[in-house]
Amino acid sequence: MEYQIQAPLIEEEIRQLRAGDYVYITGTIYTARDAAHKRMFEAWQQGEALPIDLQGNVIYYMGPSPAREGRPIGSAGPTTASRMDKYAPTFLDLGQKGMIGKGRRSSQVKEAIVRNGAIYFAAVGGAGAILSQVIKEAEVIAYDDLGTEAIRRLRVEKMPVIVAIDSQGNDIYEIAQQEYRK
Amino acid sequence: MREISCGEITECICKMCIQAAHFLSPDMEDILQQAKEKEIAPLGKQILQQLQDNLEIAGRDMIPICQDTGMAVFFLEVGQEVHITGGGLEDAVNEGVRRGYTEGYLRKSVVRDPLDRVNTGDNTPAIIHTRIVPGDKLCMTLAPKGFGSENMSRIVMLKPADGIEGVKKVILETVDLAGPNACPPMVVGVGVGGDFEKAALMAKHALTRETGKHSEIPYVEELEKEMLAKINDLGIGPAGLGGTVTALAVHIETYPTHIAGLPVAVNICCHANRHVTVEL
Repeated sequence: MEYQIQAPLIEEEIRQLRAGDYVYITGTIYTARDAAHKRMFEAWQQGEALPIDLQGNVIYYMGPSPAREGRPIGSAGPTTASRMDKYAPTFLDLGQKGMIGKGRRSSQVKEAIVRNGAIYFAAVGGAGAILSQVIKEAEVIAYDDLGTEAIRRLRVEKMPVIVAIDSQGNDIYEIAQQEYRK
Repeated sequence: MREISCGEITECICKMCIQAAHFLSPDMEDILQQAKEKEIAPLGKQILQQLQDNLEIAGRDMIPICQDTGMAVFFLEVGQEVHITGGGLEDAVNEGVRRGYTEGYLRKSVVRDPLDRVNTGDNTPAIIHTRIVPGDKLCMTLAPKGFGSENMSRIVMLKPADGIEGVKKVILETVDLAGPNACPPMVVGVGVGGDFEKAALMAKHALTRETGKHSEIPYVEELEKEMLAKINDLGIGPAGLGGTVTALAVHIETYPTHIAGLPVAVNICCHANRHVTVEL
């Protein structure tokens, strides 16, 4: 099935999505990868405020290449999500609703997805030029010193993703591989 | 002695970095086209089309194929009759990387220390493998390496008794474990023999071979074909979303080894198997 959805996410809407669905996301999402996750997690442990409000939001695991003049961003494909597995369950429990990345997740992340009615989308790895074109605005909003790993707010229009793990815990990487495995 | 100046080397490396990030070599373009024809999964076919569109946009609009423009890995073959003037060879290479990654709007993905993790800001230092060879040429191959696939690579020190079946098992297990994380369809580089670091180096070097060209050793060629078929039977498919094209090619290099050993290294590369060679 193909769907159009808005970000930030509404739980009732994402509960209808199933692993394998093709989804186009429009709206505001945030980027954070390894270093930003570590820093946000440590801030939370210290009881400090996080630089972004996680409630209902989507984090795109992505560190772009620099933008050329006149463009909002450079190449902008997903990075491997499992490196964020250590932090993701905590952020989901704090209200984050969606993740965009690539590759398999841990059982702890799956459990946190189900527990919170959240969702994990896969974008196509290595399609950074195409994905660059759906990003209409990009602004660094925290951790500027991290360079490509800074937290950015993005405005995306019809960003193409596939539901990798749905709110019930169905995992497309397991389902699809079994179908074609000899 | 033939003289080559550091300035000339730096200039050349700068261009190679920008070229590699935006354009795949013709062998890779051909093999991706063939993959799309072979793939039977509808979603897999759609993803392979998306990768071809991505290549077109990358070249047309000068947006890197992938945001991970990699750590710059070089294989240099320095003719022993070459005299490099005006500075050090490695400095000249690093200056080329610095300029290429800055002027080309490429991502700076290198941290100065593996544990304190502060970005160097210019993608240096490069990883440079140098061989001294006969002749008066300088042959430079750049293979920028993304770490989605690099992280899924492995080295195993097998026992001689494990034999060819052991080698096959290591290759298949490594690809299966890599699955969607390594951005399939992948190119699989394998080094068998030598010692610990020689095996790893061969696996990396094998990725720079013209994609799909087989080893000249008949049994190795057979092994490459068998492994490609078995990898594609794993069902991982394009982007790991299921399908019949998981790998585009398997390249295996071998080297004599010790009576007690059978090292096997598997270096996985994503579908953006970027490499550029220039001879000065």
